[in-house]
Amino acid sequence: MKKLINDPNGVVVEALLGIEAAHPDLQVDHHNKIIYRGDAPRSGKVGIISGGGSGHEPLHGGFVGLGMLDAACAGEVFTSPVPDQMLAATKLVDGGAGVLHVVKNYTGDVMNFEMAAELAAGETGANVVAVVTDDDVAVQDSTWTAGRRGVGVTVLLEKIAGAAAEQGRDLDQVAEVARTVNANGRSMGVALTSCTVPSAGKPTFDLGESEMELGVGIHGEPGRKRLPLAPASDIAALLVEPILADLPFSKGDAVIAFVNGLGGTPLIELYLMYNEVNKILTGHGVQIARSLVGSYITSLDMAGSSITLLKVDDELLSLWDAPVRTPALRWGI
Amino acid sequence: MDENVTTAVLEEWVRRFATLVAQNRDHLTELDAAIGDADHGSNMDRGMRAAVAALDESPPATAGALFTKVGMTLVSTVGGASGPLFGTLFLRIGTSFGDSDTASPPDFAAALRAGLGGVVARGKAEPGDKTMYDALAPAVDALDAALLEHLPLGAALKVARDAAAAGRDATTPMLARKGRASYLGERSVGHQDPGATTVALLLEAATESPF
Repeated sequence: MKKLINDPNGVVVEALLGIEAAHPDLQVDHHNKIIYRGDAPRSGKVGIISGGGSGHEPLHGGFVGLGMLDAACAGEVFTSPVPDQMLAATKLVDGGAGVLHVVKNYTGDVMNFEMAAELAAGETGANVVAVVTDDDVAVQDSTWTAGRRGVGVTVLLEKIAGAAAEQGRDLDQVAEVARTVNANGRSMGVALTSCTVPSAGKPTFDLGESEMELGVGIHGEPGRKRLPLAPASDIAALLVEPILADLPFSKGDAVIAFVNGLGGTPLIELYLMYNEVNKILTGHGVQIARSLVGSYITSLDMAGSSITLLKVDDELLSLWDAPVRTPALRWGI
Repeated sequence: MDENVTTAVLEEWVRRFATLVAQNRDHLTELDAAIGDADHGSNMDRGMRAAVAALDESPPATAGALFTKVGMTLVSTVGGASGPLFGTLFLRIGTSFGDSDTASPPDFAAALRAGLGGVVARGKAEPGDKTMYDALAPAVDALDAALLEHLPLGAALKVARDAAAAGRDATTPMLARKGRASYLGERSVGHQDPGATTVALLLEAATESPF
């Protein structure tokens, strides 16, 4: 597997150096592997931090900036950051109004953030509230599993909660907005290839030339079902129909439609998929109020796509439209 | 004969565990690749290397300090789910030992049981979930039972090791209900749990130490 790297074990550290050089309005704590706003902490503003394993870029570090995250903690590739990192990030962004932890629902992420919140409460008395995203409808029987995984909704949540915090809302209000986003969003993904973790050097799983993995996660963990490769129109239906049925989304609902690339799929294919999604939603009478098309929550070099639908009202839409200035999302400013 | 365990012996156990993790690093990662995300061996090896380095730097005087240091190092260096779980295991063992520099066999068994309690509190695992619990709980029970039968600690640890190994093997046919393996549903059946495998190494290390 060919990669643009120097040392398979130095990928995260060297990428952080690049992010720091490319984005002078951000700061990087290299010891704790934290990307944070240059103007942190903002007095009186709720701080929002997130973090997770690396390999999902631009999530989360690419979403640090005005109107979105205050800090992001980078773990090793596909490995949750450790509590020391979240603790340090919490201290960096706490402007006195408390800190929201945005946590994707993976066993390791949840446990490490929990330990960080316990440490923060003990050390600084910081007021921390955690909101966990779990929007992946591919995980069906959540009573008997670790629960649904946090995937595409995390991007939309970080944008919308970030806008709420920027408006000066208090910690409980920002957390409530975040929970509303998670409760109204659903996602599902498909992989056309595996990904290759740099330190492993070989694909995480084998997927034949004519196969696809439906319901794949964002860590190269296999999905629920392996199927023969199909035309994009069929794949879009395999992803969108379970999403629509799950919330459920109904005729007349307004949504943000997010077609995401998993890292190895070109934008032209994502737009082709968006066309299919648009046709399906139109058929169901679901109105696309806003769209997002691109690779925003990835799985290294995996080819494939995920689709996220978020049911929105005017308030969520106005928060979505609010100004944002981060490396990966930037508008209205 | 004095059956009490010294801090030096406990430290040998930890170091032996680090060696076994290093030797089984690729095996643990391969087990994890089948049902997880292919990093358990490398993450545990990184953590235990760091723990041994911390012990080299400042040798702890008490059993409590020893396991607290190992636990904190694992929490800070491993990440994933293994960091909090194995970290909490060692932290609770350390709390249970406290300031004493020797421990009786019942103290030792109580410490291991406290560690198990920490794992349950952190991970909320139940029997049969296909996790480290399924190797650790039988080992703790077996150790208690063997000590009740007045076996010397060294012999009791061999019984506990065998119970951990049996518990590890029993995870293979289980359907995973915790962690990333649970997303696989039926496809998790037929694979040995990596965390349970590491627990079996911890008990194996104990039988290879001069208890």
